[in-house]
Amino acid sequence: MKAKTTLQKIYISLIFLFLYAPIATLMVLSFNASRTRAKWGGFTIKWYLSLFDNNAILQALYNTMLIALFSAFFATVIGTIACISISAMKRRNRAILMGITNIPMLNAEIVTGISLMLLFITLGIKFGFMTILLSHITFNIPFVILSVMPRMKQLNPSVYEAALDLGASHIYAFFKVVFPDILPGVLSGFLMAFTMSLDDFIITHFTKGPGVDTLSTKIYTEVKKGIKPEMYSLSTIIFVTVLILLFLVNMSPEGKKKKEHK
Amino acid sequence: MKKLWLSLLVASMGTLALSGCGSDAAGKNGEVVVYNWGEYIDPDVITDFEEETGIKVIYDEFETNEIMYPKVEAGASAYDVVCPSDYMIQKMIDNDLLAKLDFEKLPNAKANIGAQYWEQSKGFDQTNEYSVPYCWGTVGILYNKTMVTDPVDSWDILWNEKYADNILMQDSVRDAFMVALKRNGASMNSTDPAELAAARDELIAQKPLVQAYVIDQVRDKMIGNEAALGVIYSGEAIYTQRENPDLEYVIPKEGTNVWIDSWVIPKNAPNMDNAHAFIDYMCRPEVALKNFDYITYSTPNDAARELIEDEDIKNSPIAFPDLSQYNNLETFSYLGDEGDELYNEMWKDVKSE
Repeated sequence: MKAKTTLQKIYISLIFLFLYAPIATLMVLSFNASRTRAKWGGFTIKWYLSLFDNNAILQALYNTMLIALFSAFFATVIGTIACISISAMKRRNRAILMGITNIPMLNAEIVTGISLMLLFITLGIKFGFMTILLSHITFNIPFVILSVMPRMKQLNPSVYEAALDLGASHIYAFFKVVFPDILPGVLSGFLMAFTMSLDDFIITHFTKGPGVDTLSTKIYTEVKKGIKPEMYSLSTIIFVTVLILLFLVNMSPEGKKKKEHK
Repeated sequence: MKKLWLSLLVASMGTLALSGCGSDAAGKNGEVVVYNWGEYIDPDVITDFEEETGIKVIYDEFETNEIMYPKVEAGASAYDVVCPSDYMIQKMIDNDLLAKLDFEKLPNAKANIGAQYWEQSKGFDQTNEYSVPYCWGTVGILYNKTMVTDPVDSWDILWNEKYADNILMQDSVRDAFMVALKRNGASMNSTDPAELAAARDELIAQKPLVQAYVIDQVRDKMIGNEAALGVIYSGEAIYTQRENPDLEYVIPKEGTNVWIDSWVIPKNAPNMDNAHAFIDYMCRPEVALKNFDYITYSTPNDAARELIEDEDIKNSPIAFPDLSQYNNLETFSYLGDEGDELYNEMWKDVKSE
């Protein structure tokens, strides 16, 4: 029995090692005074300081966050509305529509990227911030539908009808009765869309205009001359921020529950 | 919870509205859209240019020639100035994507770019009408003096079994075949199937000795003493030597690749005059010097080289080798789709062996 638990522990620590060793390496390198990973030049925070002087990187960060936030928001709105109507459809139409929304997810990103580029050229839209945003909304919608749809199916339609019977308007009934029930699905759809947009490279590359960069395209252009250590420090900051956020999100409800029990 | 959510959304909507009507104003003399390699210009140079000329620079970056090409070809965004490499310029000329330059508007380019670079450019731009050289360099062997005991002056050393598992090769078709073709005394632009087959067999024979096929990791691995010999671009060699004084760079006697990245103007460029102004500005000696300090790749600008204060760099045989001393220096040319396919097939054989 004891041998079994030790084995379990070793197994789980191996998994965590594989998951986090790359990030740990990156964090250590962000404090390396020498530009190359091959040499430890001493401890420094100069990359963190120069990061905040580097307008190109900060602008890319700003674009990335803005695009991720807005594309996730619009995709969530569009996707949730789509879910409502899909769930009201007949079984056959529903199956067809779900199939259609699943295709873009399975499709290779480069196909999506190039087709969007060609579409924008045909329509004569000027490439820039807007084209990236539109593309991100497009590829985010299926992910939102994917996570909202199961919640929608669990919903008991009688509750909504009961609300209508009791005199609620359609919109009021939706926000008071349906929405709270599907909210967890909507939120996880939003988060999924947010992360998908955050780290997308290929589609962004094909739909971006000159002078507009997101973090992923910015990092990629540095490949020829070697990635700057500023990028390591930025990644470290992002990682730590996400970590703290996750801690806060996971801690607070439990704390509340405990208090309530008392 | 819901209120927080709503206020978040409202706040984000506000920022979108603000960012939507952000400053998109062009400079008082219009704009110029530049498409260059990543990290391939001193950012101060762009600001200086904007201040002096009143032309707003919209600056965009790419990471490989192959990624740049479809974007320019599709005309997704109209670029005014692009900086591709040698063989890609030839491909763009062949496919009628480039405009002829008006050298009346490029006095600095005519005056400052050295004659040998115009000559070398003829390999891909036969009439010197389409391109102005921006950066150049050679490909050679970087070796660690403490680990290599034999004299290094030939590509042969990369086939020496003494250094098994200590050799780094470039992980790109043309660069790898260049080494084998040159070693056999063939042209690195050869499309002769027999010559290519011979080169392929050499590369297969060499494969057990190679520690890794890499691209930019050559730099870090050589600095960290992880390998004894590596094929590297001269621009990187100076940087690695600064980090690790045991390293030495050699241009093999069989000849090598002289690469050139040059400014060109696409045919559909909307701001022709500004594009010329930008290229000419880049050819000013003090501007070229600034860029050289930042990029550390050799500049073809002779007047800028004269301004370099550090004598060691100014006369460095790595940064500024006297090209006339070497035989069989070549520049990559575009081989057409068939040629590319032949190389890719052979390279697949090497990698899958």
